[in-house]
Amino acid sequence: MTPLSLAAATLAATIGIAALPTTAQARERHEVVVGSKKFTESVILGEITTRLLAASGIPATHRAELGGSRVLWDALLHGDIDVYAEYSGTLRLEILRGEGDVTDLAPRLSEHGVILGPALGFEDTYALGMPREVAGRLGIDRLSQLRAHPDLRYGFSHEFLDRTDGWPALRSGYGIPSGRVTGLDHDLAYRAIADGAIDVTDLYSTDAEIRGGHLTVIRDDRRIFPEYEAVLLLRASLTTSAPGAREALGTLEGRISADDMVAMNAEAKLDKVPPGAIADRFLRKLGVDSSRSSPPELGLAARLWQRTREHLFLVLSSLLAAIVVGIPMGIAAASWPSAGRVLLAIVGMVQTVPSLALLVLMIPLLGIGTAPACAALFLYGLLPIVQNTYAGLTGIAADLRDSALALGLPAATRMRLIDLPLASGSILAGVKTSAVITVGTATLGALVGAGGYGQPILAGIRLDDTRLILEGALPAALMALAVQGAFDAAEWLWTP
Amino acid sequence: MFELDGVSLARGGSVSLQTTHLGILEGEVLVLLGPSGSGKSTLVRLLMGLETPTTGVARFRGRPLPELEPQAFRRQLGYVVQGGGLFPHLTAEGNVTLVARFLRWDEARIRGRLSELAALTRFPVGALSRRPAGLSGGERQRVSLMRALMLDPEVLMLDEPLGALDPITRGELQRDLGDIFARLRKTVVLVTHDLAEARTFATRIALLREGRILQTGTFEQLRDAPADGFVSRFLGGESALGPRSAEGRAPEVR
Repeated sequence: MTPLSLAAATLAATIGIAALPTTAQARERHEVVVGSKKFTESVILGEITTRLLAASGIPATHRAELGGSRVLWDALLHGDIDVYAEYSGTLRLEILRGEGDVTDLAPRLSEHGVILGPALGFEDTYALGMPREVAGRLGIDRLSQLRAHPDLRYGFSHEFLDRTDGWPALRSGYGIPSGRVTGLDHDLAYRAIADGAIDVTDLYSTDAEIRGGHLTVIRDDRRIFPEYEAVLLLRASLTTSAPGAREALGTLEGRISADDMVAMNAEAKLDKVPPGAIADRFLRKLGVDSSRSSPPELGLAARLWQRTREHLFLVLSSLLAAIVVGIPMGIAAASWPSAGRVLLAIVGMVQTVPSLALLVLMIPLLGIGTAPACAALFLYGLLPIVQNTYAGLTGIAADLRDSALALGLPAATRMRLIDLPLASGSILAGVKTSAVITVGTATLGALVGAGGYGQPILAGIRLDDTRLILEGALPAALMALAVQGAFDAAEWLWTP
Repeated sequence: MFELDGVSLARGGSVSLQTTHLGILEGEVLVLLGPSGSGKSTLVRLLMGLETPTTGVARFRGRPLPELEPQAFRRQLGYVVQGGGLFPHLTAEGNVTLVARFLRWDEARIRGRLSELAALTRFPVGALSRRPAGLSGGERQRVSLMRALMLDPEVLMLDEPLGALDPITRGELQRDLGDIFARLRKTVVLVTHDLAEARTFATRIALLREGRILQTGTFEQLRDAPADGFVSRFLGGESALGPRSAEGRAPEVR
């Protein structure tokens, strides 16, 4: 058995173990799948929705923190999720943009097979916030006053920067000079503003930090921001696949006030209460006891074990695919040099696509969950393997190459018996690089619902909770070290 | 046996081999002699079909090389390079028996041929299970020779077979090679830049310089009737050999 086939067999066996029931196969169990975006409010609403369904006797599962609006919408259309909480402004100005008259949402949505569910009762519109002290000093309390202070440093979430109803609308509506604008993560923006690194940031009108008291919300005196009423979106097929679900969710109509939402966001973010517990407490106020029908929170060891399995599965399956495809590609590139250059250039180009973009690009094709994450990781893993296979084969010393040619073996046999073994050191090094990179990149899989170590990292960033971030980052680092060690050992064993 | 008819090779704008006419006779030991960079190895690679000539045609037994089935043709040739060119991931035996095993020779035939060759090349049978890294330079050349001879080819192509060896090993192997040539009576093409080696082995010598064959003939013919000044200087063992060989090895060492 050659080193490479042994490595492949080991990988395949490990994948088998990791593939044991991981992410809930909800479809097979006929559960309603609730989705949520990767911010606290959406996760809490997801928990409320899920637990309300469960308490009403309808099996439901929550795929939390899947990504942004586009990811959730695509997942809903694709059938990966059945319900999620969306905002009317997002629907009108982003998702259904360019589809004609959107004043009346329900008929537009039904064209997509989506039911406009209950309006939850609060608005979460965009707002701008400034440190109380800075706003006070400059005497700013209305957006129209910003124009007079061109020196202010703006730090906006990437989504806000790009959305037509976000910064572009604001800038033209108020004539704000666009000098000093930085894009950064929404959750990091609060840190930046606390540290004095920026003066103005975008926020949501139900953000927990508003109640914290350090921020002044600047009034939108020209009503530039559209209304962002929170609504539930339901997949039309839900009425047949889960009868009663629509009615059960109807009890939420108008029941969550803006104050309720700010309070719940603050509980999650500032008091570190798990979203499940917040949902239970809220539902109790509505007279729904969801605590018994809800799944218990997993302990640390169980969580770690589950995420390790999910992470291993992502890494190993995409790595195996990258090996199975990458080595033949490297062989082809080495065998036909002119085509090989093109091939290497294409594989290299994939590497320049930002990983987040690649993940999101996969969603329309593969939905959400493990499949798009594996596909993206596979594409990322290709380059080191293709390149090292190519380098290993083309780098064979001239005397060995000629000696091999002189034997009069068929090309395929020569490749198998001589060239590939000679290049195996380089190929193995490529696989190692690919494996270590994949362990790290796989943490992004959580953004599209693939789970793994990225899940606690995402939650930790969202909640500004270092302990949670470490709960994902440390095992990921350990796994990377273990992978590196395993390959070093393999190299040592197989080097004659 | 071989015939080069107006063969030349240009690579990347520079000419590696000028237009060459050369015949190689069955059973002779033809030594390609000349300083490094004179095109000796290129000539061998052309004969083996590892290079495609820019002009002209190379023939084996009267048939142009492109018309030959490459695998069958190459199994008629045994090839030994400087340093042996052994595959490091295979044992000595693995190197020698690679093609025979691919051709599904039965085990008894393989064992028989192995011990025959080990005796011929005076290679210790016990060392057959070692990998090249565990062999001395001389042993590696012997294994390489065994590998070249395994299928009993018609022609041996030896490209500086003794080039990388220390003087003592070199002397031993030179003697053994001479014996082997005499016993097997194969057609041999041997590349060297060493005049003494050429004189030891050659039926005929082709002296090359800068991609051109200057003169072909026996050592005596070249010595007694040199075609030009370079030939006479080279055979006189003067500086034409370059600094390494000019350090004082006399051409008449025997």
